Amino acid sequence: MSSKTARPKQLVIVSGKGGTGKTSLTASFAQLNQRAQITTAIVDADVDASNLDLLLEPYDTQTEAFHAGVKASIDPALCIACGSCEEVCRFSAIRPPTAAGLEQGSNGAYTVDTLSCEGCAACQVVCPVEAISMQPQQAGVWHRSQTRFGPLYHASLFPGQENSGKLVTLVKQQARLHAQEEGLQLVLVDGPPGIGCPVISAFSGADLALIITEATLSGLSDLERILKTIRHFKLPAIVCINKFDLNPQGSRAIRQYAGQENLIVAGEIPYDPIFLEAVTNGKPVTDYESESPALQAIHTVWQKTLDHLWETN
Amino acid sequence: MSTFRIAVASGKGGTGKTTLAVNLAAAIARSQGNTPPLFLDCDVEAPDAHIFLKPAFDQSETVSLSIPAVDPQKCTYCGKCAQICQFHAIAVVGKNVMVFPQLCHACGACGLVCPEDAISEKDYPIGKLERGKAVNGISFARGLLQIGEPMAKPIIERLQKWALPLPGQTLILDAPPGTTCSVVETIRAANYLLLVTEPTPFGLHDLTLMLDLAGMLSIPHGVVINRGGDGSGIIEKLCQERQVPILLTIPFRREIAAGISQGELLVDMMPEYEQILLDLYETIQKSSQAVFETGRSSFQGGKA
Repeated sequence: MSSKTARPKQLVIVSGKGGTGKTSLTASFAQLNQRAQITTAIVDADVDASNLDLLLEPYDTQTEAFHAGVKASIDPALCIACGSCEEVCRFSAIRPPTAAGLEQGSNGAYTVDTLSCEGCAACQVVCPVEAISMQPQQAGVWHRSQTRFGPLYHASLFPGQENSGKLVTLVKQQARLHAQEEGLQLVLVDGPPGIGCPVISAFSGADLALIITEATLSGLSDLERILKTIRHFKLPAIVCINKFDLNPQGSRAIRQYAGQENLIVAGEIPYDPIFLEAVTNGKPVTDYESESPALQAIHTVWQKTLDHLWETN
Repeated sequence: MSTFRIAVASGKGGTGKTTLAVNLAAAIARSQGNTPPLFLDCDVEAPDAHIFLKPAFDQSETVSLSIPAVDPQKCTYCGKCAQICQFHAIAVVGKNVMVFPQLCHACGACGLVCPEDAISEKDYPIGKLERGKAVNGISFARGLLQIGEPMAKPIIERLQKWALPLPGQTLILDAPPGTTCSVVETIRAANYLLLVTEPTPFGLHDLTLMLDLAGMLSIPHGVVINRGGDGSGIIEKLCQERQVPILLTIPFRREIAAGISQGELLVDMMPEYEQILLDLYETIQKSSQAVFETGRSSFQGGKA
């Protein structure tokens, strides 16, 4: 149909294994998009160890609080120390009064270990004297910034928090809304490592996943798990192999596996100290004027990935 | 003799957590007079330690969550279960109660509020545990999150209760990347936390977060710089400011990277690392002991 709405395409870069080069590649894609005049909203979905901002020199950053979930709080003035709350808590988050606490003047009330509390409110249900309330929690902050390559949506989950998936969903939603309003062509997502909650959140609404793996046995093992996860959610995927020349045999094994799985290899990027130099200087590697094979390989991977992305429905 | 529990974490992925953890385990196992340690791979989303320690798994167990099962004979569709559920894992739509297992935290609150006693529990599998003997007599266990399941934390918790160290056996916990609840679940009961970093702005940023977390949990900790080189100054400066010891710097060498990529142990490629890691082991044991004797500040992880 000719009246096809210009919904922005969404590309998510993932790896399973950490440290394979997701963030370096995302920053390079952001710059290559900008050079090719592909308007892009950029998302850092690795909300508990976010690094993309370190390569994109963000400015005009606006920050907002991220509230998620609740935690139990026991009013010591009302607590009768019956222990019902501790009995029902399945997260070992309720602590009985300790001898040391009593010495220090505690009146014997139970307390909540907020790092263990998952905010289920079971304790509140059983408390016979209504001493327990559920308190909203700030779990982090999220930011909207400008960069020379387009708007950046990023976040910082406070250390030790749950709800990373919710924060991923929030920053992605904000980026998508902005991209729609402004008629941008692409939402580019730097995904988190692993295959769990935040990764699954990063997949929602995506059109294509680019997996960046490395030519190691660990890379292959984690590639298998991330690919199964991607296929579980019925998302199209392609793969690229980073530092392929550190272990040419490992690289062949990955190509062979990709062949078996009908997974297209978008390219192989050789090991190049220029990556380290770029990270150290806080720039995308594509910022360097160089004819290096690594940069050429990134260009190939970028081109092939976008070709696939535009073809997705 | 009580168990010495060492956790290895990093914040940033790919800095060398597993490399340090498996080689430390091998060094301890190989030295005279030590019981081979118990190694737990707590990166249940992307576990890789088995590649280096080559365990022969001979036992496994399914990890399930207890999710609500609603008896339609007893249910009056009052909706109290859906009201109390903080995770939107149970919904009442007309004469239909829907449970969304992947949102459920298995807290039991719905069962507590049901006035008709219509809610019982059933097992919903989310992953599995495996264990067996690995190289050098190391006891090895790991958890695996099932593909498509979001919640890693309950598997890490169950793994630590399932594979228990023998009296006096050292425990090595290989943590997942990041700084979320899964990492807390892995490191909270540790006597010592080894933080592996790389000398880049990424490594520095995520190490800073991990130092905050280690401080929150009051776990004695020290830093290992991997792929060390000219850029290590930024890490040294942070550690000086925070008064955290740098225990070891492992230089970047292409042949080390190549060997690791094929599942080789550092202590096999460069035998001098056996003694280097044993020295590190001794240092952290002493330092954790010193903290213990001067009275550790109050954090005691849960009931576990």
